[in-house]
Amino acid sequence: MAGATAPAAFPYPSGDQRLSSWLDYTINGLIVGNVYALVAVGLALIFGVSRLINFAQGSIYLVGAYIGWVAVVQLHTPLPLTIIVVAAAAALVGLIIERFGLRPLQNSVRIAPLLATIGISFVLDQLVMLTFSPNPRALPSQLPDVRFQLGGGTIGPLDLLIAGVGITSALLLFVFLRYSKLGWAVRAASQDRDAAMQMGVDVNRVNQAVFGIAAALGGVSGMLVGMYYNQIDTAMSLQATLKGVVAEVVGGAGNVPGAVIGSLLLGLVESYGVAVFGTSYRNLFAFLLLVVVLVLRPNGLFASARQAPPEPLTGTFIAPSRPVRIPRWALAVAAAGFAVLPFFPVSFYVLQTLINAWLLGMLALSLTLVAGTVGQVSLGHAALLAIGAYTSALLSLTLAVPVGLAVIGGGLMSAALGTLLISPSFRLRGHYVSIATLAIGEIVSLVILNWESVTRGPIGISGIPPLSLFGHDLISPSSVYWFSLAVMVVLALLQGRLLTSHLGRSFRAIRDDDIAARAYGLSLNRYKSLAFIFGGFAAGVSGGIAAHLYSYINHETFNTQQSILALTVVILGGLGNVVGAILGSVALVGLPEVFRIAAEYRILIYGIVLLLLVRFRPQGLLGTI
Amino acid sequence: MTTSTPEPLLALSNVNTFYGQAQVHFDLSITVARGYIVCLLGGNASGKSTTMKIILGLVKPRSGEVTFDGASLIGLSTPQIVRRGIASVPEARRLFADMSVRENILMGAFVRNDRDAVAQDLDRMLTLFPKLGQRLSQRAGSLSGGEQQMVAMARALMSRPRMIVMDEPTMGLSPLYVDRVLELIRAINQEGVSVFMVEQNASLALEIAHEAYVLQTGKIVLSGPARALKDDPRVRDAYLGGSEAA
Repeated sequence: MAGATAPAAFPYPSGDQRLSSWLDYTINGLIVGNVYALVAVGLALIFGVSRLINFAQGSIYLVGAYIGWVAVVQLHTPLPLTIIVVAAAAALVGLIIERFGLRPLQNSVRIAPLLATIGISFVLDQLVMLTFSPNPRALPSQLPDVRFQLGGGTIGPLDLLIAGVGITSALLLFVFLRYSKLGWAVRAASQDRDAAMQMGVDVNRVNQAVFGIAAALGGVSGMLVGMYYNQIDTAMSLQATLKGVVAEVVGGAGNVPGAVIGSLLLGLVESYGVAVFGTSYRNLFAFLLLVVVLVLRPNGLFASARQAPPEPLTGTFIAPSRPVRIPRWALAVAAAGFAVLPFFPVSFYVLQTLINAWLLGMLALSLTLVAGTVGQVSLGHAALLAIGAYTSALLSLTLAVPVGLAVIGGGLMSAALGTLLISPSFRLRGHYVSIATLAIGEIVSLVILNWESVTRGPIGISGIPPLSLFGHDLISPSSVYWFSLAVMVVLALLQGRLLTSHLGRSFRAIRDDDIAARAYGLSLNRYKSLAFIFGGFAAGVSGGIAAHLYSYINHETFNTQQSILALTVVILGGLGNVVGAILGSVALVGLPEVFRIAAEYRILIYGIVLLLLVRFRPQGLLGTI
Repeated sequence: MTTSTPEPLLALSNVNTFYGQAQVHFDLSITVARGYIVCLLGGNASGKSTTMKIILGLVKPRSGEVTFDGASLIGLSTPQIVRRGIASVPEARRLFADMSVRENILMGAFVRNDRDAVAQDLDRMLTLFPKLGQRLSQRAGSLSGGEQQMVAMARALMSRPRMIVMDEPTMGLSPLYVDRVLELIRAINQEGVSVFMVEQNASLALEIAHEAYVLQTGKIVLSGPARALKDDPRVRDAYLGGSEAA
């Protein structure tokens, strides 16, 4: 990941020089802030006009970096031409995304465009990876490698270039918004879309303009970062999206000047944080800043009181549908069929695939409850896996707790700690819940990375004992298969009971209209906590079992990609649908195996599946409940 | 309509509108004659605002025809309809709150490209709405409701429309401003702009309108010259959603 690995190549002074180089950290913070600003301003423009957090922004940044690489290394373009080529090509990608990815969803449910941008980002990242290979590449800076003394610090030509591009872009954007007709249309549409249309503003053109500008800025930003670290790789994408979102939300979603200030602030906070604690803390500061701002000032630091609070998107997140009714006997037959499967001569490979499906199924049960039934679309669910996995692994390794109990301990820890960690997001709604949970997920992974005395840090935990039950090791594939199937079925039955109970109705009431639910005396915090406790347990158990199966885990075993895969599974099955969650898991894990799709194409397929679902069947295979 | 009325500028004929399963309009037919002020009366949830949205292309009817100056508006986007010469004063004004008053008024001329004439029209607005002169550089969101209504009307006039549609132009205004707004609507109309307005306040609207329609749960229950309707006891029942069967 760009943020996590690249700073190693940073020109940071070390040791006794540290105290004298605060100016260097300040310069570095402002330069990095400039880079974030190029991403965040685009996000703010798009949010302003479409009320959409564009999760594909980082992918455009990635595309910009690789186009820059092609231009510099293969076409040998001079620097000014490189910038123009990158901006133009990235803008084109932005226009394509807007026209074919988002415009067809204009009359769709509110969550659809958000999910579409997630799908688009998967597809773009994978296409770049397949074209250029996942190995990092060097992107030469095309500028002389000298540093000038400036007060007590130093500054290089590339720093000046980045600052120059940042300031020039800000000025151009200001002139565009203030003095051009299209700029006026952008501002009017972002303040009142319907009223702008009634003045004759073509909102599609405004969207196009905004996506083109955002993509051009994002692409150039990616190229500059590549030159700054002299390295580009495909993991840059998600990090850029996350940083841009942090900066934008800190500045106030949709607020363009706020995004610039938020970005510079984020750059400085990170830089000083690195100065004091070291490079591995860089992202931790970014996400903590985000969570603090979201909790204390959800409209951003610079929002004035008159601004309306974030839109109540809870109910509108769910596509209304009539769920497909599956008779109980059919479910029982299916469960029995899967249960007797190991008695037939099936290969180890089939069982292994299904074990993965059952583990993903537990995670999907958890997410479908939280996102589908209660309407809190969590993008940080992998953190619950990680907490369960680490707890179970450490309990069995260091305290010699029997594995069966340790797995349950993992589930309980995930339920308790996960709920506690996610609780700051309970007061948020709609897209903000997604951002907050995403950030909390990243924070968990970063704490695991940095809390070496407990988690063993970047080395990870190895030699985790295999699964065992009442003293019998579960080593054979069929015993692991039965164990994970049984656990999943029990969790699914419990969740099914939960949904038909009074509690389940309360959950759906909160999802459909939290204000009305509160008016009827439902305590939102209490019910959201209950949902996360139940969901956290299921996810924690899944993570715990996985840890004993893999025998080795580290801070990257359970990453955001898994959170998003789980979300795809849940949407595929139908949000809130218990049987759907399991069916979705089997489909997404199993079908690529059936068709023997090579591993590197799988994420691409998941992205395409997500896009197609959002466009053509947002209610999923079995329908939302 | 009697034969003495001028030719229709806007005509809705047999419009049926649905929100999901629920039908909002039942064979709605309304005509606005050239140069007339026509007002649509009705209580809450009678389908008044939806009628505005149909005209502006913000909601598509399931069946029926909408014509403006003889040409169909069905299938046109809102910006296209605005370019045909219909301007709107939306419900609750809907100004661009963070833009200045001047920018708001100029946004009304978005469909025009004749800069000099636009500048002249801005001056004309300031003579028509003298109070706005001192407010030009102020944020539109900081104005009082009555002042905002003035801005919204100036904004609508800036496109030099042939017709203005207004959604409850007197809603939430002080009595002083209500009279002023009605006066202005009459003045705008005398310059040759046809007006179609939706109102809950029947007695006020009927004072300035030439013709009126009464809408009740999606059906026109009464229509005719405003003068005749003013004295009709059924008007009161109908627009207040009275109990008599439609």
